[in-house]
Amino acid sequence: MPRITRTLLLLAALLTLVFFPLFGSSFYVGLLTRILILALFAMSLDLLIGYTGLVSFGHAAFFGIGGYALAIAFQDAAVIHLWQALPLSLAAAALAALVVGWISIRTSGIYFIMITLAFAQMFFYFFFESPRYGGDDGIFLFFKPVLMIGSADILHLDSENNFYYFVLGSLVSSYLLLTMILRAPFGKVITAIKANEHRVCALGYAVNRYKLVSFVIAGTLAGLAGFLEGAHSGYINPSYMSWHESGIAIAIVVLGGMGTLYGPIVGAFIIVLLQDFLPSLTDHWQLLFGGIVISVALFYPMVRPACCRDFMRCSEVK
Amino acid sequence: MELSFYLVQLLNAIQYGFLLFLVASGLTLLFGIMGIINLAHGSFYMIGAYLAYWLTDVTGNLWLGILLGLPIALLVGYLVERFAISFLYQRDHLYQVLLTFALILIFNELQQILWGTDVHGVAIPAILAGSIPLTENQSYPIYRLFISAVCIALACGMSWVIQKTRLGMMIRAGASNREMVQSLGINVNRLFALVFSLGVALAAFAGMLAAPVDSVYPGMGENVLIISFVVVVIGGTGSIKGAFVGAMLIGLVSTFGKVLLPEMASVMAYALMAVILLWRPQGLFGRAR
Repeated sequence: MPRITRTLLLLAALLTLVFFPLFGSSFYVGLLTRILILALFAMSLDLLIGYTGLVSFGHAAFFGIGGYALAIAFQDAAVIHLWQALPLSLAAAALAALVVGWISIRTSGIYFIMITLAFAQMFFYFFFESPRYGGDDGIFLFFKPVLMIGSADILHLDSENNFYYFVLGSLVSSYLLLTMILRAPFGKVITAIKANEHRVCALGYAVNRYKLVSFVIAGTLAGLAGFLEGAHSGYINPSYMSWHESGIAIAIVVLGGMGTLYGPIVGAFIIVLLQDFLPSLTDHWQLLFGGIVISVALFYPMVRPACCRDFMRCSEVK
Repeated sequence: MELSFYLVQLLNAIQYGFLLFLVASGLTLLFGIMGIINLAHGSFYMIGAYLAYWLTDVTGNLWLGILLGLPIALLVGYLVERFAISFLYQRDHLYQVLLTFALILIFNELQQILWGTDVHGVAIPAILAGSIPLTENQSYPIYRLFISAVCIALACGMSWVIQKTRLGMMIRAGASNREMVQSLGINVNRLFALVFSLGVALAAFAGMLAAPVDSVYPGMGENVLIISFVVVVIGGTGSIKGAFVGAMLIGLVSTFGKVLLPEMASVMAYALMAVILLWRPQGLFGRAR
């Protein structure tokens, strides 16, 4: 597919998303908000899986930390100032990603998968068993963040539509930021690391530092997604960072197409719509859902049609 | 807090470590020999526990339940290997993660359909129901000692099979160079199916043994799975010896952690893993790469 067609398709999709709240009911705006947040989360994971070649199975940890940072700092506050809350969440997620990444990056392959999983579980149990942070029940937030300058309200996230546009804006700016990063020399190096780590090392690049920076960027963006999800639902609990969440994110990335930034957005739409649609068919919808994920794992790389392969840029090349 | 109290805790730690070893040794063999990451391994532990509960209920006898349950577990393992895992040997780990993640969803749902969401208990067989008095008010249940004894026997049996028999030779050779084993005329497909089924049976057997001590509940496999991953990472993939040492370390840390630092107990095992990895990224007994 020529590049111009691709750009036009993306623009059309963006315009549809921008004008959706004018026509759609608030229920669907809420659903779409959830999908876009999940898309942002999956997109951040794709930077690791699809570009750097790091299969992280603990990405939900940073998603959860973004949400928890917001909830812990502002659970008793009367007003949640956006300019305080958002940087705090991002910084917390970045710091966690830095520590976890610093230890995990030293390993590779199966080890890396298991270690990231184990660290995510560590955070999970920490919040699960700490009564101070709500334990199993989690923390409720009664207010939505606001952006004020002086005493003038600039952006109030109370209304569903405002929140939707804020999420859409975050997703689009993250998309553009990642595009820029990937076009920069840094992006070329991490893509090369995925293709052949030893060669990049032999060329004199400090491979581990590049991996770590990529890990921290991905963790920070996951923290942004967690912040949005926490603020949107007003409720943060340990299941945010459960390994099911990480597994679903991997499924989204693979289904949508690794190594593209829009693939995870497509994947998020498919997965959330499936999760909303399948339970209406049968009580045991997890069987169907599991079956679909298995077929994706078994057959998807083989049957992805040729036109799609170009559009989604198949990353199966070894 | 006197000596006998710590003795009881020590015995508990060893018994927990042995159970972990049964699950983790299967996992580490799958990694080492087949290069497969199997997230569904915890599900097999859960299946074992539920089989023990169900068959004990039907036959009225735990031994008969275990005896009937083991072939079922072997069969489940064989079918999963043939119809799912065997397609993924040549593929990226990512797809193995995805496939076995989906298997967990399916096994959890099947478990709910077959056995419901209630928490069940399994009675300890009458012969082993007593306990040994240590002091006036401290005693130790015989069944827990029995678990440790069975696990010691199994560990010895496993090390004998792996070190001394022809099958063990093939397994060790397969772990170090798969292509070479294949070109020497050994049917690797059959070897892999066998190893996978045995790993599944070990995990299920651990679940069966644990059923009378812990309760049988949905999602029980997932806790065991993650902590077994930690064991494998600490010990080094593919190393049975590493799995044993790792399991004992984790058994000690989590049991004594619960007693001495109850608030941080479940975090401590992961902290131990982080420290060991900082020191030896390939695990205690792993080969450096």
